[in-house]
Amino acid sequence: MSRRTETILMNALVIVVALFTAFPLVWMLSVSFMSPGEASVFPPPLWPANATLENYVELFARGGVGRYVFNSFLISTCATLLALTFNVTAGYAFAKMRFAGRDAVFGILLGALIIPAQVGMMPLFLMLKSMGIINTYAGALVPWIASVFGIFLVRQFALSIPDEMIEAARVDGASEFRIFRSIIMPVLTPVLVTVALFTFLTSWNDFMWPLIVLTGEQNYTLPVALAALSREHVQDNEMMMAGAVITTIPVLLLFLALQRFYIQGMLSGSVKG
Amino acid sequence: MKRSATGWLFAGPAVLAIFVFFFIPATAALILSLTDFDIYALADIRNLRFVGLRNYAELLQLPLFWLALGNTLYFVFVGVPLSLAASLGAAMLINSKLVRFKPLYRTIFFAPFVMTLVAAAVVWRYLLHTRYGMANYGLEQIGLQPIDWLGDPAWAMPSIILFAIWKTFGYNMIIFLAGLQSIPQDLYEAARIDGASRWQQFRHVTLPGLTPVLLLTGVLTMAQYFQLFAEPYVMTQGGPAQRTVTVLYFMYEQGFKWWNLGSASAVAFVLFVFMFIFTMLQFAIARPPRGRA
Repeated sequence: MSRRTETILMNALVIVVALFTAFPLVWMLSVSFMSPGEASVFPPPLWPANATLENYVELFARGGVGRYVFNSFLISTCATLLALTFNVTAGYAFAKMRFAGRDAVFGILLGALIIPAQVGMMPLFLMLKSMGIINTYAGALVPWIASVFGIFLVRQFALSIPDEMIEAARVDGASEFRIFRSIIMPVLTPVLVTVALFTFLTSWNDFMWPLIVLTGEQNYTLPVALAALSREHVQDNEMMMAGAVITTIPVLLLFLALQRFYIQGMLSGSVKG
Repeated sequence: MKRSATGWLFAGPAVLAIFVFFFIPATAALILSLTDFDIYALADIRNLRFVGLRNYAELLQLPLFWLALGNTLYFVFVGVPLSLAASLGAAMLINSKLVRFKPLYRTIFFAPFVMTLVAAAVVWRYLLHTRYGMANYGLEQIGLQPIDWLGDPAWAMPSIILFAIWKTFGYNMIIFLAGLQSIPQDLYEAARIDGASRWQQFRHVTLPGLTPVLLLTGVLTMAQYFQLFAEPYVMTQGGPAQRTVTVLYFMYEQGFKWWNLGSASAVAFVLFVFMFIFTMLQFAIARPPRGRA
């Protein structure tokens, strides 16, 4: 096979795979602009005859989707802020501070990674019920306060900060909090973005826990609401595609904007791990 | 001493949160699984009784539990190898010197992974629609019979596997890409000089170079696939003929539909034990025999 044929073949192959991969996303967008019923024919049309925002209007006006968008944004934003506060301080401490039991505790935390989250869900539900925070934002936020993976990520990054830098600041009489705020935080910025991005994306996309803990429709997040809607409106394909677009676009845009950090975080969490 | 206190001040809140909201519930689940916690106990805790291993014994006699376990294992053992193969294939394609616009393809391949799972499942349910779906239209175009993707008991799980591969292959692809780039080019050079074919190069240079990465992605993907839940919840509701009831789907219904929280905790533990055993097996298999490492 000549190099030229091979080049054409490889590029053709990658284009075909890319088309297949992208198709469901493009199709979702296209159908979401079709008028109700337009896509429920065979063969399905590729593009809307008359592009309309009807499905979106319907979802917001009568489906109450605005409320779910708000819930999702609020919960994911709070989850991100919590994760930033708790994981970053802990990750830094596990990397750079000496304290009794440090290595043992970190080892136990890493061990937790083999336990699937669902194991504790029933007792956690009962626990939150006795605290009276079932069906509240607080209940939905509980699993996001801190995460082993987040701590691990920050720790990996913080290990590379030279000790001399911290020592010099200590000699100059800076308090630990001041060192953390003025020296460590700026150095950690890339990993802060990574942790924030990871937390926002995973909490936005999370399904099982919000499904369990948010019992009232008023508090549903977008994925939970979309799942409920899609069970009721099995026939309204155009409307469901619009719902899928609303649920997906924010995270997809966020990912596209901050891709570099996401991929960096993924690799430091796995390959180099 | 003062240093220790500051350290705990920084690490303590996160450790406490993980302890209270993860370790305690996970431990409590073991105890809960030994009780008959149900809707009566939920109303009044005094109705709670300790039943020993009865929940486990009952599960073993429940055909639906075995079916759920079988469905889950089917999904894992067919899905994980296919998913890893798709990831590796995509990574090798993008890694090829001949392919242009790599960042674009990388982003396209990764996009499904970032997409909200529930939204993607809704989209795919429509794509696989028996009458109006694009998938069947495609089959018709190439002269094949339509398939009742999500309605035929034999096709439902393969459909979900297909969807899951599409959704997740981009993640491992990125990790494989990094792995491929860490294999020294001189090894390929040397293999070529020795007259190794493409396949031999793949078999003797690429695969050994990727072994640690393969083990890691294998373990992580398997753990993730064992937790199949949202796809059947949205796409099939466990049907048809309960062929897509997975262990977690079963657990969810036991726990939060019928409020048998004791029994549901037992299910969660069985799942955990299975995941643990298969993870250990993978490590055991991947460890090179003594003397050859």
